[in-house]
Amino acid sequence: MEASNLSKILYIDLSNKRYWIEDRSELFKEWLGGVGVGIKLLQEECPKNIDPLSPESPIIFCIGYFNGIYPLASKTIALFKSPLTKNLGESHAGGRCGVAMRMAGYGGIVIKGSSEKPIYLVISNEGVKFRDASALWGMNSSSTVGRIIREREAGAGIRAIMRIGKAGEKMIPYACVNTETFRHFGRLGLGAIFGSKKLKAIEIFGRNSFKIFNPKDYRSIYDEIYNAVIKSGAMKKYHDIGTSMNVLPLNNTSSLPCKNLQFSKFEGAEELSGENLAEKFLGRRAACAHCPVSCIHIAALRIPYENEPYFYKTKMIAYDYEPIYSLGCMLGIKNPEGFLKLLDIVDELGLDAMSTGVILAWATECMEKGIIGIKDTNGLELKWGDYENYIKAVKKIVDMENEFYEALANGVEYASSIYGGKEFALAYGGNEMPGYHCGIATHIGFAVGMRHSHLDNAGYDIDQKINAEKKIVSIEEIAKMIFEEESWRQILSSLVVCFFSRKVYTPEVISRAFSAIGINITLSDLKEKGKAILKEKYKFKIREGFSFDNIRIPKRVTETPTPQGILKEDDIRKGIIEYKRLIEVEN
Amino acid sequence: MVKRLAVIDVDLCVGCQSCMFACNRRFGEAGLARTAIFVQSVGGFERGFVVKVCRACRDPPCVKVCPTNALIERKGGGVRLDYRKCIACGNCISNCTIGAIFWDEVMKKPIVCTYCGYCVNYCPYGVIKLEEI
Repeated sequence: MEASNLSKILYIDLSNKRYWIEDRSELFKEWLGGVGVGIKLLQEECPKNIDPLSPESPIIFCIGYFNGIYPLASKTIALFKSPLTKNLGESHAGGRCGVAMRMAGYGGIVIKGSSEKPIYLVISNEGVKFRDASALWGMNSSSTVGRIIREREAGAGIRAIMRIGKAGEKMIPYACVNTETFRHFGRLGLGAIFGSKKLKAIEIFGRNSFKIFNPKDYRSIYDEIYNAVIKSGAMKKYHDIGTSMNVLPLNNTSSLPCKNLQFSKFEGAEELSGENLAEKFLGRRAACAHCPVSCIHIAALRIPYENEPYFYKTKMIAYDYEPIYSLGCMLGIKNPEGFLKLLDIVDELGLDAMSTGVILAWATECMEKGIIGIKDTNGLELKWGDYENYIKAVKKIVDMENEFYEALANGVEYASSIYGGKEFALAYGGNEMPGYHCGIATHIGFAVGMRHSHLDNAGYDIDQKINAEKKIVSIEEIAKMIFEEESWRQILSSLVVCFFSRKVYTPEVISRAFSAIGINITLSDLKEKGKAILKEKYKFKIREGFSFDNIRIPKRVTETPTPQGILKEDDIRKGIIEYKRLIEVEN
Repeated sequence: MVKRLAVIDVDLCVGCQSCMFACNRRFGEAGLARTAIFVQSVGGFERGFVVKVCRACRDPPCVKVCPTNALIERKGGGVRLDYRKCIACGNCISNCTIGAIFWDEVMKKPIVCTYCGYCVNYCPYGVIKLEEI
């Protein structure tokens, strides 16, 4: 097969346990792959106003031309209708699924319908096998599910195993899909959709080889990218300490949300810093497929058994900045062991770590303010730093033990609409807020971003630059920068390369990399396509009820100082209006 | 000078597969169908990785089971595969003690390391090295 040929979409109908393959090369030619092709498939497959947890609600996985061909193209994107925000659901994961999909010969996978009994899928170039997953349903640990499938199925070394935990089975709208134990399709509840379809897991593997239009140019641009990553230091931050490198700089600049953003500085930042975690706990490093960076940092936590002397278990727990923010700083947990134990249970149950932390932080503040009492929590005291009780609370959320935990299981937007405390319920567009409080661009970015995620447009990055250079930038300019960045990121997530490699994959490099595999695409084509994809995504988001005009800005955001001082709601709104104008004008 | 690929310290391996992709690129192709080096986890990423590649045995077991003498013993250790003679029976694959002979999905024949060392350039962690025997 030619590397320039990416065309096969695998359609899987879970209701009838059948599958078929369609050639959709026209889609890839026009929309590249990843989110570009994904959004077109979602528009085709997702009926308007559908219940995200109904059988008709589709799951779309897509990769792009660079997966399996160039280094750091290790991501897979998933598109779906989010059960959390009820509009566009988008999630990206690393691990091995992006490369495995390419090697199995598929550019996209569309999953529809719903199985009566729990199943898991085995996908290869030979098609799809439907396997009984009754024995796996209800298991406490999603890593056990991975181990069992690993032992039962072929594909060692070249496979991805996506799976859900109990949270997904119970259709908690912020349940994630775990892949290769340590990576996640997090945010916006893909896990719940798996659960609604009784789809416990998907294994994908394959071994393809792709003919290259110009092998000499290919090897040379490959080396250029590879060396830029390895030698230039462009990715040193992710390589050495990992994303947890962010803890101290954010804390030092008072940009680190702490205790439900009552503060933007955390007294436990040293303990939870990437530096400290690496020194005391780092047990192993691992990489996504076809990426030499190895940003995956796995802590080895040795835990004694309380009643059995000389018995220990060693848990391997992958940590990143975002869970440190949400399950550490936001909950006032200074103790790194406590933080790791909490992260471990969140992971095993298959909850999104960011949403879970933000929800628990809101609940803790509610308890502090007397908005809820121990009657609501079934006797559990929620207080900052008490990780043991937070571990209990997480289990109660997944079990939906009573009305209160059921409310928490539906996200902070919902819970605060029942119990109050809306002014400190940290969510944008219904999605729990990420861990940055760097200034106005950060919050405009969260508000307008497609997923209301920090990675949509990296508004925090814009703020960090503005803050470092002590520049004064108008809100209009900021909105424009956010728009440009989010547009460009559509290209990166259509290839699909990791955002961490964005400084290496410049428009010029991308254009030459395309040319080596026989696809001609100019720099201006790329930029135009980015904007077009963004527009298509907003079309879907707006079709499903999103509006720029009624985005709730949590009051807390404008109460706690940022490095730019106290933010004004009016200014954030101005930025949102300008961004909306850009989306409309530019398209 | 006869060389072989040595695995220096497998605990440094992060499982990035760069060596596997490099091996396939020798043919001017991208992918994993023709790679003669293979990395897999010991049983989950958390337990580390194993690197499977021909260690250039002296007295190689694969040679003994080849019915057409397509596998030729190399002086000093290791083998060379003569594709013209190979009938793709797969005996060598099943009899390699360390599982270091693979299936070339394009040629539809076995593939074994040629000790060229191209992959070494793509191991930033120093897991593998080309050494003289």
